[in-house]
Amino acid sequence: MMSYWPPLLGGMLIGLSAVLLLLVNGRIAGISGIVGRLLGGHQIGPNAMFVAGLLLGPWLYAVMTGHLPPVTIAATPMLLIFAGLLVGIGTRMGSGCTSGHGILGLARFSKRSMAATSIFLVTGITVATFMGAWR
Amino acid sequence: MRTAFRLLVALAAGTIFGFGLSLSGMVDPARVIGFLDVASGHWDPSLAFVLGGALLVALPGVAIQRRLARPALDERFHLPAATAIDPPLLLGSAIFGAGWGLAGFCPGPAVASLSIGLVSSFIFAAAMVAGMMLHDRLLARHFR
Repeated sequence: MMSYWPPLLGGMLIGLSAVLLLLVNGRIAGISGIVGRLLGGHQIGPNAMFVAGLLLGPWLYAVMTGHLPPVTIAATPMLLIFAGLLVGIGTRMGSGCTSGHGILGLARFSKRSMAATSIFLVTGITVATFMGAWR
Repeated sequence: MRTAFRLLVALAAGTIFGFGLSLSGMVDPARVIGFLDVASGHWDPSLAFVLGGALLVALPGVAIQRRLARPALDERFHLPAATAIDPPLLLGSAIFGAGWGLAGFCPGPAVASLSIGLVSSFIFAAAMVAGMMLHDRLLARHFR
C-alpha cells in the first residue's frame, strides 16, 4: 500500500493547485486551455507564469528529494509527432484535457466534462492496450 | 498591485501542479501507459490514486467556490459557459484519448517534463503545440 502514497499525495497537490487558482484568480487550471490561450496571445501574464511554475515543479521535486522525477518515453520520434498532433488537436477541439475536464470538470459535476473524461479514458485505455499487445 | 499578486498566485499554482505531477509519477509516460494498458500483466493502478487525490481536494474547493460571490483577486469567476454535449467535445476527447494512449503524455506532463530536457519531450510538445495552433487557426472555423 505504501507505494500509493506518492500518487495520492501528488494528486492532492494537483487538486490544491487547481483550488488555489480557482479561489484566488477565479480561473480553471486546465493545462490545454492555459497553453492554448498563451499561444493565442490571451492573458499572457498569468498563463506564462503558470507555465513557468509547471516547468519549475520537477526541479522543486529534485531539490526536495535529491533526484529528478523519472521520465521514460518509449515512443519513437514519428509516433511522438503523431501522438502530439492528436493531443494538441483533440484537447482544443474537446475544450480540455485530463486537468480541466478530468479534475475541475468532474469536481464541478459538469456533464460535458463527465462525457469528455469518459471518452478520453476509454479511447486512451483502448489505444494503449492495443499498442501494448501489438508491441 | 493586484495584477502582481495574481501573477504570483499563477506561478505558485503552476509550481505546485508541476511538483504534484512529479511526486505522483504522472509526469512519466511509462507510468501513464502502465495505467492505460490494462492487459500488460502488470497493471499499475497509481493514476487512479492521482485522480482520486485531486478530486479529494477539488470537490471541497469547488463547494467553497460556489459560496463565494467572486474570487479573491478578480471581479468574477471565469468558468466555462458551454453546457451542450456536442460533436466537437466528443470527437475532440476521442482524438485526445488516442494520442494520450499512444505516447502516454497529456498536456500537463508534456509541458512540465520539458524542463528536464529530454529530446523526446521537445518533439512531443512541439507537435502538440502545432496541433493546437492547427486546430485554433484552421479547424475551429469548420467545427464551431
